[in-house]
Amino acid sequence: MFDIARNSLYAMAGIVTLLLIATLIYLYKSGVGGQKELTELKLRIESWWWMIAIVFVALGFSQVSAIVLFAFLSYLALKEFVSIVPIRHVDRRAIFWAYLAIPFQYYWVYIGWYGMFIIFIPVFLFLLIPVRLMLIGETEGFIRSSGILHWAAMLTVFGISHIAYLLVLPVHNELGGAIGPVLFLLFMTELNDVSQYVFGKMFGRHKILPKVSPNKTWEGFLGGFLTVTLISGLVAPLLTPLDLYYGFVGGDDHLTWWIFW
Amino acid sequence: MQRFVKVLFFALIVKPVVFVILGLNIRHREKLPTKGPAVIAANHNSHLDTLVIMSLYSLSHIHRIRPVAASDYFMKSRFIAWFATSCIGIIPFDRSGSAGQRELFNPLHDALDKGDILILFPEGSRGKPEELGRLKKGLYYLLKERIDTPVAPIHLEGLGNALPRGEALLVPFTCSITIGDPIITLDSSRQLNSELEVFFRTHQDEE
Repeated sequence: MFDIARNSLYAMAGIVTLLLIATLIYLYKSGVGGQKELTELKLRIESWWWMIAIVFVALGFSQVSAIVLFAFLSYLALKEFVSIVPIRHVDRRAIFWAYLAIPFQYYWVYIGWYGMFIIFIPVFLFLLIPVRLMLIGETEGFIRSSGILHWAAMLTVFGISHIAYLLVLPVHNELGGAIGPVLFLLFMTELNDVSQYVFGKMFGRHKILPKVSPNKTWEGFLGGFLTVTLISGLVAPLLTPLDLYYGFVGGDDHLTWWIFW
Repeated sequence: MQRFVKVLFFALIVKPVVFVILGLNIRHREKLPTKGPAVIAANHNSHLDTLVIMSLYSLSHIHRIRPVAASDYFMKSRFIAWFATSCIGIIPFDRSGSAGQRELFNPLHDALDKGDILILFPEGSRGKPEELGRLKKGLYYLLKERIDTPVAPIHLEGLGNALPRGEALLVPFTCSITIGDPIITLDSSRQLNSELEVFFRTHQDEE
């Protein structure tokens, strides 16, 4: 318990320091005035403190608590997803099976059974969902429902469980420890988000995907891309088994995340 | 003792289910009546409806919130009757139509006189999942004699998917609850019901 590798501990301390600085700047600014922009900033900083507290405690406490945290995130994401998509009322029992996949998937993570982990949802659940839907017996809209449900499980369970799997990989970088790669991934994702926001606010002029996300700009995208490339190259060797060169590329995997945020 | 059982039940079971397993989007929480006497009129799709509305109240207030529930359903077996009266604190209500109006409404008036908040479902039954049934007139007759008691309309969405009528398996969905402006009792049941129906329908269409 709370047996955290050195570099991971430094990384956590670094993140908390950044957040402290942000909070102090906010407190200073709120004394000066300009309320409208500041409420948004206040909400952002507040939710940041909450996220960091929950993630750090769960990651630091034990491997099980960290896996449970990501399982719970999968649950919340799947619930949000099935509540928003137009799905038939009769599908509820098949939806229940998609929820049931979460404890199984994260159990494979916990015992480190990679072979099962990697095919359970893409193969087994892919076939089980239509079977359950067939048993319900409503043929109209059958393909659509199986497509939606499998897609949801891939995105919210299969996808997120990969973060948890990083925790059980063999540790090649003793200083980073088991949670080093997870911290790296989360930190780079958020750094990308924050630096795009900052670059976008400062230089943003040309819209990149106005229909999808009206506030995103090319300037923000490139600013975020360069920041993340540079910093991930420097941070990766400290927290992960990746060396400097892989590190430069590694951080940018998370650009795909940006599309979802 | 009864109050203790009810608080425990809500603290340990109902609130975790409602806020962690289901998840609620609450709109206009500030319009929720905090002081009785008051009546909450909600659309009805699931057993969870009552529990969700009651979860919005703090544990120190929860004994003041009294759902009015069908005695033919909730009082028929001893266990369910114990559960309904002790854990939830319902006021049983005879739907059969054999009781006289005075006798029917007396327990409700007593509770309101004490300053309780009643939960009523004017549809009278859960009906088809996520559909609005026809509104009954009881609410108007109850309030006719107490014009100053406000009615808070509440619209619930998604609970009919999470636990519809006739299903025992809870499937989690994020649900939403909207609290409307209080309605002051109007001079006919038709007027009151059309006001309520407009409220329910507008929020149904928003989704």
